[in-house]
Amino acid sequence: MEKAEKPHVLGYGQLALVLGLLLILTGLTVAVSYVHLGFWNVPVALSIASLKASLVLLFFMHLKYEGRVIRYSFISTVLFLAVMIGFTFWDVAFR
Amino acid sequence: MWLFLYSEIILFGGLFVLYAVYFHNHAQYFAEGGKELNRVIGALNTIVLLVSSFTVAASITAIQREKKGQAIGLLLFSLFCGVIFLVNKYFEWGAKIHHDIYPNSATLQDGAPGLNIFFGLYYVITGLHGLHVIIGMVLLSISLAMILRNRITAARFSMLENSGLYWHLVDLIWIFVFPLFYLVL
Repeated sequence: MEKAEKPHVLGYGQLALVLGLLLILTGLTVAVSYVHLGFWNVPVALSIASLKASLVLLFFMHLKYEGRVIRYSFISTVLFLAVMIGFTFWDVAFR
Repeated sequence: MWLFLYSEIILFGGLFVLYAVYFHNHAQYFAEGGKELNRVIGALNTIVLLVSSFTVAASITAIQREKKGQAIGLLLFSLFCGVIFLVNKYFEWGAKIHHDIYPNSATLQDGAPGLNIFFGLYYVITGLHGLHVIIGMVLLSISLAMILRNRITAARFSMLENSGLYWHLVDLIWIFVFPLFYLVL
């Protein structure tokens, strides 16, 4: 949270580029939802959402430029979430 | 701040697990419920939140470059986006309630249990998310006031940065809420 060193400054252009990508991906996820893919609908929607989330995290939230502590603790949070979801499904799917 | 964000991720993660399990059990009704939701408003709100996230990130850049006026303008615009989001949400919920779709309504109680669960989750998750939007707007307003009083400067902008992080988290959650509720099948 506290950073003594000089923080990384992202230019408006870079941020606008990220925003453009996010808007394109939003359009894509809406477009894909009209295509009937059966089982693959949800995984595709979630993959696009994860991609968007990564963009927000890396650039808007400066995660790309944070130190090791924040980077690894964030990854462990995501892993914990994955374990939670994974084990729940393990239970539900094979009950 | 990041630690708090982790706890928020797990909080919403838990709700998404709940969603996933019920989706597994009642996929057909979830698809039916999803069609009831207005995806135009949903998409509009997604764009509004993404743009506001961009302006918050840009306002941090502006502060780092000591452009106070730009930072204030960008933050005001972000707050405006937050208001638009909430107004859209108000109309959306209003339309649902008008169609007799709300927790404990006769339509849902007598209808299929899958639909009841879908709209229950819809109200809980979007409601909790809306609450986060309001909290995020309060934090951004405090940051705005601190910039006006020169309490946030290029040398110390932790408050703005952390409010921004919170605002991005709100955006992040919506990125997952939108496809799950509005676009299922």
